[in-house]
Amino acid sequence: MSKNTVSDRFRKVDVDEYDENKFVDEEEGGENQQGPDEAEVDSLIRQGNLMGALQAVLKNPPINTKNQNVKDRAEGLVLKVLSSFKSTDIEKGVQSLDKNGVDLLMKYIYKGFERPSENSSAVLLQWHEKALSAGGVGCIVRVLTARKTV
Amino acid sequence: MSYHSFLLEPISCHAWNKDRTQIALCPNNHEVHIYKKDGNNWNKIHVLKEHNGQVTGIDWAPESNRIVTCGTDRNAYVWTLKGDVWKPTLVILRINRAARCVKWSPKENKFAVGSGSRLISVCYFEQDNDWWVCKHIKKPIRSTILCLDWHPNNVLLAAGSCDFKCRIFSAYIKEVEEKPAPTPWGSKMPFGEVMFESTGTAGWVHGVCFSDSGNRVAWASHDSTVAVAEGGKTAVCTSLTSETLPLLCVTFITENSLVAAGHDCYPVLFVYDSNKAALSFGGKLDIPKQSAQKGMSARERFQNLDKKATSDTKEAVLESVHKNSISQISILNGGKAQCAKFCTTGMDGGMTIWDVKTLESAMKDLKIV
Repeated sequence: MSKNTVSDRFRKVDVDEYDENKFVDEEEGGENQQGPDEAEVDSLIRQGNLMGALQAVLKNPPINTKNQNVKDRAEGLVLKVLSSFKSTDIEKGVQSLDKNGVDLLMKYIYKGFERPSENSSAVLLQWHEKALSAGGVGCIVRVLTARKTV
Repeated sequence: MSYHSFLLEPISCHAWNKDRTQIALCPNNHEVHIYKKDGNNWNKIHVLKEHNGQVTGIDWAPESNRIVTCGTDRNAYVWTLKGDVWKPTLVILRINRAARCVKWSPKENKFAVGSGSRLISVCYFEQDNDWWVCKHIKKPIRSTILCLDWHPNNVLLAAGSCDFKCRIFSAYIKEVEEKPAPTPWGSKMPFGEVMFESTGTAGWVHGVCFSDSGNRVAWASHDSTVAVAEGGKTAVCTSLTSETLPLLCVTFITENSLVAAGHDCYPVLFVYDSNKAALSFGGKLDIPKQSAQKGMSARERFQNLDKKATSDTKEAVLESVHKNSISQISILNGGKAQCAKFCTTGMDGGMTIWDVKTLESAMKDLKIV
């Protein structure tokens, strides 16, 4: 028997990598994006200034970075802020954001849905309802079509 | 506003003749049907059968009365009316994927075809060989071209693509025309030159349109945004994120106003303010029928609450004229400078003609600048 029928390693080759027509996204410098400032956000939560904490945690989103840790840390921080809001204050929180803020909030909400923890989904659903009434369906479409997300 | 239901299937694409008495449309199959208006009825007068795949684009040249069609069979045909019959001429596009859209140039001496082969074929008629020849614009297109629009100078071509960009190319063919004069988009225009490339919006570009003067280009993108770019030393791009589902087609109705329509099944007006370089939402253009509000019994309310978690009295029925996504808008009267009537066709197989004056008077806050 010929030698080259013995091994089946060729089946594990990712042929799409070698396609010269493969679409490669433009690289935008994301090396310096550290995500929201943890210390600042924590101190604002402790002071009870939840509106401020919301604004702070939505600053500097790690959109372009390839570092998964930075993204996970940012997501955890956002979840902490969202959970510390009282249900009745959620609407006010969403109103205080501008259009880009609502889009960014929706991105974090869907990221949070991806990895549910104990109570996270319930809290996120409440935020989702209010963000939807502020941003409309277009906001969700933008989460789905974004090539680079948090 | 008048609605006519042509078919039960989607209308893939349509085109009007010069005096707007005949419409050519593709009923989601390999044929093109031409309907003629007779009072209030539309009668099918011609069936053009030549394509082997779905017809994805039709354009009817008003002056020379020729129809160009392109389809998923990778071909384009130019149809000329000989007596009472439309005779096709095959155009070899040299593409290896489906053709997606086709547009005659303003002078009707060339047409451009966008395709899935990631290139645009610009075709012109070569007198010596009595044959349509095409040239390709390939770089830097990275994905399917979904929509095209020509600049009034017959040279510049705007193309929206699935690689998330709207670009303006030069389609200058020296065999059929003179060197073009400089425009706000640039002065050197060799064939295939990129005069403008959009940044900032994500999502496939579904519809693109030049304004009447050609100084502005608008595009609708799949991330539910509409953007306008103005030519100049540095092209100014403004975009507006909308709260609706993505828009599929867009057109200028005056130099400052755009009408766009898409998956939400109603046309929408946008107004562009060039002093502030800002795009704003002008209003929904559909006049909903005022349906009588039926009182809801307590039982129905609880049932709704149980089933849908809301005691909303609105039924889940679309109030708009079109019952499915609108895929194409075309201007009927007035051109892109002072449009008086425009027409939309959609996936519900229906065609609606909208009258701008009626809309202006019906919607109180509507201002078409």
